[in-house]
Amino acid sequence: MKPVPVLVVALVPASLALAIAFGSVDLGAAQLADALLGRGDEIAREIVWGVRAPRALAAFACGGLLALAGALLQVLLRNPLADPTILGVSGGAAAGALAALLLGVGAAGLDLAALAGASIAAGAVFGFSQGRSGWNPYRVLLTGVALASGFGALVGLMLSLAPSLQVQGMLFWLLGDLSPAGDPTAALVVLAACAALAFSQSAALDAVILGEDKARSLGIAVKRLQAVAFGCATLATVAAVLLGGSIGFVGLVVPHLLRLAGVHRHALLLPLAACLGGSLLALADALARTVAAPAELPVGVVTAMIGVPVLLFLLARLR
Amino acid sequence: MLKAEGLAISAGGRELVRALDLSLAPGENWALLGPNGSGKTSLILALAGLRSPQAGTIALAGAPLGTYPRRELARQIAVLLQDEEADFWGSTFDYVMLGRYPRSKSAWGRDEEGAAAAHGRLAEVDLSHRAAQDYRTLSGGERQRARIAQVLLQDAEILLLDEPLQHLDLRHQALVMQILSGCAADGKTVLAALHEPGHAALHCAFSLLLYDAGRARLGRSSDMLTQANLEALYQCRLQAAGARSFLPS
Repeated sequence: MKPVPVLVVALVPASLALAIAFGSVDLGAAQLADALLGRGDEIAREIVWGVRAPRALAAFACGGLLALAGALLQVLLRNPLADPTILGVSGGAAAGALAALLLGVGAAGLDLAALAGASIAAGAVFGFSQGRSGWNPYRVLLTGVALASGFGALVGLMLSLAPSLQVQGMLFWLLGDLSPAGDPTAALVVLAACAALAFSQSAALDAVILGEDKARSLGIAVKRLQAVAFGCATLATVAAVLLGGSIGFVGLVVPHLLRLAGVHRHALLLPLAACLGGSLLALADALARTVAAPAELPVGVVTAMIGVPVLLFLLARLR
Repeated sequence: MLKAEGLAISAGGRELVRALDLSLAPGENWALLGPNGSGKTSLILALAGLRSPQAGTIALAGAPLGTYPRRELARQIAVLLQDEEADFWGSTFDYVMLGRYPRSKSAWGRDEEGAAAAHGRLAEVDLSHRAAQDYRTLSGGERQRARIAQVLLQDAEILLLDEPLQHLDLRHQALVMQILSGCAADGKTVLAALHEPGHAALHCAFSLLLYDAGRARLGRSSDMLTQANLEALYQCRLQAAGARSFLPS
């Protein structure tokens, strides 16, 4: 299992380089190298540093956040099918954003509305998760699924009420699309912070697999761990959704890919999930930008089209 | 010293323990005996600070259990649970190493000292040859020994064990009882829920008998483990089995 971490870490610069090298404008290798070094043609430099690099980093941040959230939720809820979308957070963000679009508020208001929607969903899931004997994974799952379909209905309602001109902009929130992603700095900071926080809990997350009583008897403050890990996963999901809408399957599949490759300990799994999720989404986004160039596909469509067969393949192998 | 006063525990609408005073001192080896459903597990969970009793206090070195941070408590009290989730992903060694958590400072949960100690504990329970094997592929008895090794690695002053002998063959039952006696001889406090009074008589100086409906009797095993007491405890007639009953010496 030693080569796996090395490969995953090496994939990070490789995927970012590929995401910067490919786009709707074909830059030659020499021109690309010049632009990367800050020399040569100004337009090429602008394409590389002003457009593709931020976009590639945004994709990386988004994928890393989703995979990290997925890995945390899967251990926290003891459910291999847990992923960021089951929290209802992306649904909440979409409903908030669509409401803002319908009301015609500006870009800042849009982000705020999405954030508000996501926070309401996360708060509701956390609030309802407390059963009679404390935290209950089934309640979390049920609340998340119920909220997600509730928000889905709200979204459908707003789509059917919206003037047809607005529907295009609304689809972004539903499909997942990185083309309007702006400056990725904030998301990268959130990714680093969440990864560090989650990493600090990795030994405790290893032990919590044995059940809450055993984990407590080993000295783990289980309630606090759950709050920290759940908060971390929620924050990561919200940051990812604000950047790229609801991009599916990265959060579900990436942690499983690593586990199948023999990475289980959370001290390795969590940072590697962030790296692999980021790399894969950067590659998927490069594909989304180039495959039908000059048109762009929503990256959520690409991840789902790759993610669904990958997941089915994994399920067949795990039988 | 783990001290319970006026302890009352009920579960599922049944009163399991009523007004129990119990004090477990360093160096004492206790057997906890009682029929199925008499509350052995509930009592152990309460003494470990994992469930709150309905009434009464439990104090460790004079301070109520609730005042200890979990990590500190885990350095003082180690618990072998009767059941736990068996879906552990790693090797037997990885599994045992989780017992190091309360004493290890690294996020990796790996330290040289702890790893050496874990190998020592595996050897103690006769499981060194399974150290690298996937934990999920162990047999029930091997898994039980790995769980005991994990509890021992915690190196706590007080050991509470819920049916430590379940799934074990005769030789390993004796091995585990000897390990527990050794812990008590080293000045640790041991309390183990057992189903075989023979083991209790052989290894445990003290016995706590838990009857149905919340009654309990406790004292020296030599006074407690009489035929009359055991017949009342298990609600069945007993006979000395003579030459056809075997316990490892």
